[in-house]
Amino acid sequence: MTAFFRLLARNRLALAGGIVLSLVVLLALVTPLLPLADPDVTDTSNRFRPALSDGALLGTDHLGRDLLSRLLWGTRLSLAVGIAAALIAATIGAAIGIIAGFYGGRIDNVIMRGVDMLMAFPYILLALAIVAALGPGLLNALIAVAAVNVPFFARNIRGITVGIANTEFVQAARLAGLSNPRIILSEILPNVVPVIVIAMSTTIGWMILETAGLSFLGLGSQPPQADLGSMLGEARSALITHPHTSVVPGLMILVIVMAINLLGDGVRDALDPRLKSGALSRPMATTRVDRQSIPDHGEKSGDSLLNVRALETQFHVRGRVYRAVGGVDLHVEPGECLGIIGESGSGKSVTALSIMGLVASPPGVITGGAAYLDGEDLIGAPYRRLRDMRGRRVAYIFQDPLSTLHPLYRVGDQLIEAIRAHRPISRTEGRVRAIELLDAVRIPNPEQRISDYPHEMSGGMRQRVGIAMALANDPDIIIADEPTTALDVTVQAQVLSILDDLRRSRGLAIVFITHDFGVVAQLCDRVAVMYAGRIVEEGPMRAILSAPRHPYTARLMACVPELGGGKRRLEAIPGLPPVVDALPEGCAFADRCDRTRPDCRAGDIPLAPLAAQSVRCLHPVGTEQEHAS
Amino acid sequence: MTGYILKRLLSAIPVLLGISVIVFLIMALIPGDPATAILGSYATPENVEKLNRDLGLDKSLVQQYFIWLGNMLTGDFGTSFALNRPVLDEVLERFNATLVLAGVAFLVCAVLGVAAGVVSAANQYGLADKAITFAVLLGISIPSFFLGMMMILFFAVNLRWFPVSGMWPIYGDRTLGVLLSHLAMPATALAVVATGVIARLSRSAMLEVLRQDFIRTARAKGVHERGVIWRHALKAAMVAIIPVLGIQAGFVLSGAVYIEMVFQWPGVGRMLVDAILKRDLLLVQGGVVFVAACYVLFNIAVDVAQSLLDPRIKT
Repeated sequence: MTAFFRLLARNRLALAGGIVLSLVVLLALVTPLLPLADPDVTDTSNRFRPALSDGALLGTDHLGRDLLSRLLWGTRLSLAVGIAAALIAATIGAAIGIIAGFYGGRIDNVIMRGVDMLMAFPYILLALAIVAALGPGLLNALIAVAAVNVPFFARNIRGITVGIANTEFVQAARLAGLSNPRIILSEILPNVVPVIVIAMSTTIGWMILETAGLSFLGLGSQPPQADLGSMLGEARSALITHPHTSVVPGLMILVIVMAINLLGDGVRDALDPRLKSGALSRPMATTRVDRQSIPDHGEKSGDSLLNVRALETQFHVRGRVYRAVGGVDLHVEPGECLGIIGESGSGKSVTALSIMGLVASPPGVITGGAAYLDGEDLIGAPYRRLRDMRGRRVAYIFQDPLSTLHPLYRVGDQLIEAIRAHRPISRTEGRVRAIELLDAVRIPNPEQRISDYPHEMSGGMRQRVGIAMALANDPDIIIADEPTTALDVTVQAQVLSILDDLRRSRGLAIVFITHDFGVVAQLCDRVAVMYAGRIVEEGPMRAILSAPRHPYTARLMACVPELGGGKRRLEAIPGLPPVVDALPEGCAFADRCDRTRPDCRAGDIPLAPLAAQSVRCLHPVGTEQEHAS
Repeated sequence: MTGYILKRLLSAIPVLLGISVIVFLIMALIPGDPATAILGSYATPENVEKLNRDLGLDKSLVQQYFIWLGNMLTGDFGTSFALNRPVLDEVLERFNATLVLAGVAFLVCAVLGVAAGVVSAANQYGLADKAITFAVLLGISIPSFFLGMMMILFFAVNLRWFPVSGMWPIYGDRTLGVLLSHLAMPATALAVVATGVIARLSRSAMLEVLRQDFIRTARAKGVHERGVIWRHALKAAMVAIIPVLGIQAGFVLSGAVYIEMVFQWPGVGRMLVDAILKRDLLLVQGGVVFVAACYVLFNIAVDVAQSLLDPRIKT
């Protein structure tokens, strides 16, 4: 609760709204005690006196009544009526909502049908009908406004109640034999009250406006008594000759409603946990780059297609820094398939997305490194250049094609768009090409499937569309980010064989990201193993498969069951990967490793060549030290 | 699609019946007796009794309802005693004027509101976002009738850009230009609140969509950021925005009552208020039922638009 108020107070606008509102309410409360002229005494010889004249700070109205006094008394009345209407609407609405939600079944059905009927009216028609029946008057206007808002509360509270009525503590109370009214009073009501209060705080400004509106129309408060709305309504006839009589009550309504809205927004923001984490931030078109220096090409200069150097990507969330990628070097040769393997959270996807600036930013920031594509650094390239390269030279395939394809466009249109993003061809040409692409990924009946929506396809078919989209502009490299993880095993095998064929027939380079060694073994020439944002082992596929050197690689391979491999212990790796905002000194795997020695935690460990591969480990598997120990 | 529209139209029948029951019941609540209200307090008891019989008020409530409903279905909404003219004729004529005002205001608030929300979301925390957020806050806090009065003062009286009030000049041609100059201020004043609400919702709907995976896919394809925002993100966000447009149309229709009073617009809202003050209840009854029925039909159109946009909705 204190945290809530602290959050609310930090919101300066909400604070301002709260202060203004408190002042207005305070003024309204002390109005009877102030030395004001009688608001209803007319003095026609002194009509329409301007503001700041003697004895009338805000001037007088068309009957010579003191405007300041009328304003304060009117504010008092408007606030009282608005709050009363909100209270009545909330009480009746909540009662209806609780009954409907708690009893459910036919009672719920009948009540909610009625509520829907009432909501089918534009609100003012209902209010006008009620006022027409009861006759004009402030009390009747209050009843009308309250009645019109009952359905809103009933519907909201019903939803909450249905949720609570199905919880265990209510079930337990039922089993304990408590009567329904007692359950409602002791279990449901205390949980619903906060929701009612919040709903009221957001609608009270609205109720004040509505009652003021009815009074403005002459259907609310009747002379001589006046609320803010009827003051404005009476002043209307003198609007052109004496505008100040209109401005005074109008501004007051504006101030009150605005203060309530500011406060209400603050309350809502303070209660919405997503805003606290900054998760509602919109990702920019490219990842923010903030690097001190640019690494050179290194020893691999020139001949690599893609050469990633000392890449560092971080997530900055509310003052904490998560080092998702902490200095990664990679290179990919033309036509080669490089596997990047690691557990979830190891930084493999972030590495891949950093290359084309696709890491969500905020919160992502690339803080160091370079990614040379044919010698041109992509990190920090201007947006125009990066957009031109995306999909044309480097294309991506993502994990879950249901969420990565646009749900409201036909797959054909999404394919055509991918082509037309880079080449000015007509839609008919695009269609021909899109059918060719679907055919290339072995989708049967491409002429028909082209007009399917993603939700009309199976998972395997959708992922083929994802691959076809990546192929649309004959890229040099395809980065496949766990493309088969969401698919079942037979479909997985088909998708892998499509990728393998394409690679061989088109000379594509593929970066294949996965957590599954079995998949890597089918497809890749070379493999890089990532752990906690860094590469811990890298080398030719066969070499690593036959003799993994890093203890983590060995453990990861032991997790994969092998068909016909005989009886063997399937080993899970104990513990969890370290959280990347608090990486330990030295080897990040030390806490989970059974070969850890004191020097493992002493300092940074370099990636050192060992046999056919490179290993970031002081005591690799299969070295003499093992025999000595 | 035709089947879907037909199904939705059929499902509107119970709603329309419900509306007629609610209006009938509210009117049946009226204390006192309408015949006295019509004839005045000096009427003889015989005359009151005769009028009650003529109006069918001596029958049971259920009978009265079905007679009233049957009459309405044949286009007989009764006769306005104050205007001495069939209710339906008056309502139709007035509703035309309201439709012009509310229709233009709705188009303005839908287009401007969505555009402002998209620009705001695309520049989150930027200057445009802050300016729009502030304008929205002001817009949803100002009473439309007060805004209308201030507009008259400033744009009509001081600057003389637009006529002070009315739909047509008393003398002179009824051209589109004349109509637009009369329409500019009331339509703007009416659109302001709904524009604010729509802008606010569009902004949050866009922010929600922009974080989704298919936006990253569009960017990875090399689609230009303009296309990412205005095609990919906006289309997906419209799924959340369209229902709000339907709700806001109801608020625009409601707000028209105030605006018609302020600008002397000869619409159905002003007619209703006048009728209430004159206790012309048949006119109120007929007007409310007619406008509410139109709103129900409009909401069906909104549902159809939604199903055209989103292929995942079963039609």
